[in-house]
Amino acid sequence: MSVPLTESPLEAHEQARLSAMALTWSDQQRLWASGFLAGMAAAGQPALAPQPAAKPLATVLYGSQTGNGQAVAERLAAAAENRGLAVTVKNMADYAPAKIKQEKFLFLVVSTHGEGDPPDDAEELWSYLGSERAPKLTDLKYAVLALGDSSYANFCQTGRDFDQRLAALGASELHARVECDVDYLDAAAAWQDRMLEIGEEFLRPEPAVAPRPMLRAVPATPRYTRERPFAAELLANQTITGRDSDKDVRHLELSLAGAGIEYQPGDSLAVVPRNPKQSVEGLLQAARLDADEAIELDGETLPLAKAFTERLEITRLSPPLLKAYAELGAVKSLRALLSEPDALRGYLERHQVADLVADHPFSIGAQDLVSLLRPLGARSYSIASAPAEYPDEAHLTVSVLREEGRRLRLGAASNHLAALEAGAEVQVYLDANPRFRLPDDPATPIIMIGPGTGVAPYRAFLQQREASGAPGRNWLFFGDRHFASDFLYQIEWLRWRKQGLLNRLDVAFSRDQEQKIYVQHRLREQGAEIYRWLVEGAWLYVCGDAKAMAPDVHQALIDIAAAEGGTEHAQEFVQQLKREGRYRRDVY
Amino acid sequence: MSTEAAPLSDVERIKTESRFLRGTLVESLAERATGAIAEDDTQISKFHGIYQQDDRDLRAERRKQKLEPAFSFMIRARMPAGICTPEQWLEMDRLARTHANQTLRITTRQAFQWHGVIKKNLKPTIRAINDALLSTLAACGDVNRNVIAPPVSELAEIRGRIAADATRLADHLSPRTRAYHEIWLDGNKVETTEQESEPIYGPTYLPRKFKISFVIPPLNDGDVYAQDLGFIAIVEEGELIGYDVTIGGGMGMAHGAPETYPRLADTAGFITREQMIPVAEAVVTTQRDFGDRTERKHARLKYTIDDMGLDKFVAEVEQRSGVKFAPAHDVRFSHRGDPDGWLQDDRGAWHYTLFVENGRLADRSDRRQLSGMRAIAQVHDGEFRLTANQNVVIGDVAETAKARIEALLDEYGMTGSVSKLRRNALACVGLPTCGLAMAESERYLPGLIDRLDDLLAENGLDDDPIVIRMTGCPNGCARPYVAEIGLVGKAEGSYNLFLGGGFDGRRLNRLYAENLNDQGIVDALAPLFADYAKRRRPDEHFGDFVIRAGHVAAVSAGPEVHGSR
Ligand code: SRM
Ligand SMILES: Cc1cc2nc3c(=O)[nH]c(=O)nc-3n(C[C@H](O)[C@H](O)[C@H](O)COP(=O)(O)OP(=O)(O)OC[C@H]3O[C@@H](n4cnc5c(N)ncnc54)[C@H](O)[C@@H]3O)c2cc1C
Ligand SMILES: Cc1cc2nc3c(=O)[nH]c(=O)nc-3n(C[C@H](O)[C@H](O)[C@H](O)COP(=O)(O)O)c2cc1C
Ligand code: SF4
Repeated sequence: MSVPLTESPLEAHEQARLSAMALTWSDQQRLWASGFLAGMAAAGQPALAPQPAAKPLATVLYGSQTGNGQAVAERLAAAAENRGLAVTVKNMADYAPAKIKQEKFLFLVVSTHGEGDPPDDAEELWSYLGSERAPKLTDLKYAVLALGDSSYANFCQTGRDFDQRLAALGASELHARVECDVDYLDAAAAWQDRMLEIGEEFLRPEPAVAPRPMLRAVPATPRYTRERPFAAELLANQTITGRDSDKDVRHLELSLAGAGIEYQPGDSLAVVPRNPKQSVEGLLQAARLDADEAIELDGETLPLAKAFTERLEITRLSPPLLKAYAELGAVKSLRALLSEPDALRGYLERHQVADLVADHPFSIGAQDLVSLLRPLGARSYSIASAPAEYPDEAHLTVSVLREEGRRLRLGAASNHLAALEAGAEVQVYLDANPRFRLPDDPATPIIMIGPGTGVAPYRAFLQQREASGAPGRNWLFFGDRHFASDFLYQIEWLRWRKQGLLNRLDVAFSRDQEQKIYVQHRLREQGAEIYRWLVEGAWLYVCGDAKAMAPDVHQALIDIAAAEGGTEHAQEFVQQLKREGRYRRDVY
Repeated sequence: MSTEAAPLSDVERIKTESRFLRGTLVESLAERATGAIAEDDTQISKFHGIYQQDDRDLRAERRKQKLEPAFSFMIRARMPAGICTPEQWLEMDRLARTHANQTLRITTRQAFQWHGVIKKNLKPTIRAINDALLSTLAACGDVNRNVIAPPVSELAEIRGRIAADATRLADHLSPRTRAYHEIWLDGNKVETTEQESEPIYGPTYLPRKFKISFVIPPLNDGDVYAQDLGFIAIVEEGELIGYDVTIGGGMGMAHGAPETYPRLADTAGFITREQMIPVAEAVVTTQRDFGDRTERKHARLKYTIDDMGLDKFVAEVEQRSGVKFAPAHDVRFSHRGDPDGWLQDDRGAWHYTLFVENGRLADRSDRRQLSGMRAIAQVHDGEFRLTANQNVVIGDVAETAKARIEALLDEYGMTGSVSKLRRNALACVGLPTCGLAMAESERYLPGLIDRLDDLLAENGLDDDPIVIRMTGCPNGCARPYVAEIGLVGKAEGSYNLFLGGGFDGRRLNRLYAENLNDQGIVDALAPLFADYAKRRRPDEHFGDFVIRAGHVAAVSAGPEVHGSR
C-alpha cells in the first residue's frame, strides 16, 4: 500500500519516510499532523519541534480510558487555539501532579471506570489531590466535564470526586460540572461552546501578544458512528468453547471490505445491537403491553415492539431509570433499594427492565415506559485480528451473556451477534483505543495478561508481531474456568509457542481444582521472571474483567515489585510503569 | 545385527535418548497449556503403561473450536495371569470412577485399562495403582507385556502353579530402570553411584513388543499360537511336568501389505519348569539382538524367525539358554471360550465366570456390572481373575458363599441370557479412544451380533458356538485372524471379512470379502449360515465347514491371510 502524494516537492526517500510514518497512524493522528505541518508552514518555522506557547494560560487536562474524553479534550484545545486562546492539553498521566499549584485555569475532562473508579491515567493525580500533600488551590478556576454511563451505579463518580476535591482545596468554579451519559457527543459539544465563551472572557491574551500561528487541525469526527454505522458482513460465527463448557464464547469474523476503517491492534469495534426477540417478548409480557401499540419516539410513530427491538435499552438498568420509574408509579417497594447503594448496585448488575416491571408492577402505559428508557447503546468488542494478517476483516471474541433463572436474561449485543449466520449484516463502527497499542519498538518485550475474552486483543498483537517479524519477546497469561473447554484460541497460542513467537504461555483454570486459581496466582509464581522482564523494559498489558481481575492483577504486580525490589518502592515501581506508558489496561 | 545399511527407526533414537525411559516426562507433566505430552514422550510413556489418546468423536468439532484435541490417557495395569485381590479391585474401581471415564476395561491380555485419564490425574492414578501393589510398568512398550495364564480350570493345583510360573517370569522380565519410581512414585532421583542398567533388555529394550501366554490343554483361552512365546502345560498323572514351548506367533498386519502378516507360532519342543526362565530369557535376548530395529512393521519376533529360519533361531536359543528342547507332545485343543457361570474345581472351590461384553465394565441402565462387581468385591474373600476373553472370574468361592454372590449378581442385573455367538465374541476397543482405529469395534459389534443372532436363529443355529472377533483396524488386538469369523475395520462403517479360522485357534483365516458395510456383512454371512445349517457334519465347526464346503481356502502360512477366497 502507498499513499499518493500528488506533485510532491519532497525527495522520494523523504516522501517514503513520511508515508511510512503516516501509515502507522490513525485518521485522527493524520489530521492532527496535517494541521501541525500547516501551522508550521504558516509560521515560517523550520522543521523543528513545535514551540509551545510561552506561557499557556489555561490547561485542558483529561483522564480517559477508552479515548472518549481524550477526543473531547483535544477538540476543545484545538478549537481554543484556533481562536487564538492560549491553552495546552495534557493527559493526566503525563502531568506532574504538583504542577497543579501553578495552574490558573483548568478544564478538566474525566471519565469514570470500574465501579466508579478513575481511569488508569487519572489515578496518580487523583491520589495526589486526595492526599495530605495536596496544596491549597485558591488561585485556581476550573470546570469539569464528567463522562460516564448512567447504567452504572456510580454515575460520573470520578468527575464528581474531582469537582468536590478541587472545591474543597479552595478552587472556584468557572462553570458548573456537566455530566455526560453514553450519548455524550452533543452534551460535550455544548460544553465546549460554553467553555470557549468563558475562554474568550478570561483567556483573551493581551493585544500585545500575537496570536499563536500554530493551526491545530480539529480532530475529525469519525467516519462511522452510532448513528451512521457501517454494515459489515458476517463471514463466520464459530463457538470456541468446548461442548462441556458452561459458557458460550463466539469467534466472529466480520468483513470490513470497502469500509475504509483502518484499525490497529488494540482497537475495539463497536456493535450496534438489536434486542433479542425473547427479551422484547419478555418485557412486553412483564409489562402487559401490546407489541403493536403505536408509540412516539423522537418525533416518529412506531409499534412498541419495534421500538424495544431497535431503539431502546431494555437489558440494562440505570439509577435514573429506577428513580423515574419509582416516581411515576409511586412504587414504594423501590425506595429502600434506591437508598441502599450496595443493594442498588447488586440489583442493577443482575436485572433488566423486564425484571423491574415484573417485580415492581404498576399499570404503566406504553408511551410512559418508552419515555423512561434510554436509547439502545452500542457495545464494544476488542478486535482479535490484525489488519496485517486479515486486511479487510475484524475478528471479535464475544462471550454470550445468557442467564436462565426464574426469567431468561439475555445480553443484547452478544445474543444478537450469536444468533446471526454468515452472510448477515452487523452494524459497526471503530472504537479506537490509542492507549492500548503495541510498543513502537518491535524489539520491546511484552507481557500480556488476558483471562477470558480479555485475551482477544493479544491475538491481534501476536498476528501483528508475526506478520512484521517483530523480534521482541512475548509472554501471555491466560485464564478461564476449565482447561478442557474454555481455553480460547488454544491451538493458535500453542502453534505460536511452537514457532517460538510466543516465548512463554502461562495459564490458570479456576475451576479445575478445589482451590480457585487465577492469573494473578500465576503472576506471583513467576514474580521474579516478570520483574526481570519489566526491568529489561517490557510493556505489560491487562485486558478483560474490570471488577475483580484488574485490581487483583494490579495488587499482584505491587506484591511482585515488593518481593523483588523492596516494599518501600513497590507502589512507585508500578506507578512509574504507568507513567512510562509501560503498564496499559483495557478493562471492562 | 540385522540390516546394517538401513537407518534405525525413530523410536530407537527416542529410546536411546531417553536415559532408561525418562525422556522429558517430568517436564511434560508439568506443562499446563496442553493436555498432551511432548511427542517423543508419547513413545516413552508406553513403557510406563500409558498411551496418549484423544476423544476422536470430538476431533473435528474441537478443531473448529480452535481447541486442541481432547487429549487424555489410557492406563494399563499389568497383572500376571490377570489376578487381583478384592482390595485391589476396589481400588481399581475407585480410580475408574474418580479419574477415568466411569468404566473399567478388561483387555484381551487379562489386564485392566482406564480410559480418559487427563494429564494431571496421571500421577495420582499411577501412584494409587502402585499403592495397591499393582503396576503399570511394561504394560506397553517394547518389552514383555502382561503374561497370560489360565484364569480358571478344574485343576486347581496346576492352575495355581502355572499362575506362579507366569508371575515369576513376568517379574524376571520386568524392566529394572528406576525411572518409573522416580517419575510416578517417590519423585526423587535415587542418588547412587552404581551405574543403572537393564541386564536383560539393554538400554534400547526390545525392537518391538513381546508377548507370552500359558495355557492348559484342551483349553486354548490364552490363544497360545498368537503369541511371541507360548507355554503349553503338559500334565501327566495330575502333575505339571513342564511345557511345550511355542515361538513366533503374532497378529498384526496392514491391509493390502502382504509383507506384513499374522503368523501362528511354531512349536520348538518340550522343557521342564526349571528351564522355563532360562529359555524365555534366551528367546527374549535373541529377539533383542536379531530383531529388526530399522522397520517397526517388521520388528516382531515372527519376522525375525521367518528371516533367520526356525532352526537357526531355535539353535541360538538353545545355545544361549543351555537348554536342549525335548520332543514336543501331541497336544489337542478343543476350544477357547471361558466357562459359562459356575465351575467347581478339583478341590471343591467354586469359580464364577461373569460375561462382560467386550470387557467393558460399566453401569448401564439395565446392567450395572461396575457397581455390581464393587459390591461383590466388598464381600468376596477369594480372588478375581481377568480372562483373555475379556471376562472376569470370581474365583475361590466357598460353597457357603455362593448364594451371596448370586444374590448380588441378580441385584445388579449382571447376568442374563447371552447368545452363544455373543459369548464367544471379542471386540477390541477401537473408536473413540484408539488412535489407530479405522472403524468402530467395541461400540458396533453388539448391535451386529443382534442381527446375526436373528440370522442364526432363523437357521436353527443358535445353539452352536461360533468364534467371531472384530477389530477396528488390522493390528489385530482381539486376535481376529484366528477367529472363525473375523471382521477387521477398514474405514468408518467398512470392514473386511475373514473366514475359516480354526475353532481351537490353530488355523488362521483368510480374507473373504472386502469393504462390507453393516448390511454387506449380514448379506455375506446369510447364505453361508444357511448352507452351514443344511450341509454341516455333526460337531463340525463353522470355520472348518466353510473350508470343506469350498467357500474359502484354508490358510497354511501367514501371508495367505491377505489372499481372497
Ligand atoms: C486393549 C487391547 C484390546 C482389547 O480390546 O482388549 C489393545 C488395545 C490397543 N492395542 Fe493391541 N490391544 C490389546 C491386545 C492386542 C493383541 C492380542 C494379544 O496380545 O493377545 C494384539 C495381537 C497380537 C500381537 O501383538 O501380534 C495386539 C496388537 C496390536 C498392534 C499390532 C502389533 C503388530 O505387531 O503389528 C498394535 C499397534 C502397534 O503395536 O503398532 C496395537 C496397539 C494397541 C493400542 C495401544 C493402540 C495404539 O498403539 O495407540 C490399542 C489401545 C486402544 C484403547 O483405546 O484402549 N495392538 N494388541 C488389548 C490390550 C492387551 C493388554 O492388556 O496388553
Ligand atoms: C473496551 C471494551 C472492550 C470489550 N471487549 C469485549 C470483548 O472482546 N469480548 C466480550 O465478550 N465483551 C467485551 N466487552 C464487553 C461488551 O462490550 C459488552 O458489555 C458485553 O458483551 C455485554 O453486552 P450485551 O449487550 O450482550 O449485554 P447487555 O445487554 O449489555 O447486558 C445484559 C445483562 O447482563 C448483565 N451483565 C452485563 N455485563 C455482564 C457480565 N460481564 N457478566 C454477567 N452479566 C452481565 C447486565 O446487568 C444486563 O442485565 C468490552 C467492553 C469494552 C468497554
Ligand atoms: C468497564 C467500564 C466501566 C465503567 N464504569 C462506569 C461507572 O462506574 N460509572 C460511570 O458513570 N461510567 C462508567 N463507564 C462509562 C464510561 O465512563 C464512559 O463510557 C465514558 O464515555 C468513557 O470515556 P473515556 O473513553 O474517556 O474513558 C464505564 C465504562 C467501562 C467500559
Ligand atoms: S485392533 Fe486396531 S482399532 Fe482395535 S484396539 Fe487394536 S489398534 Fe485399536
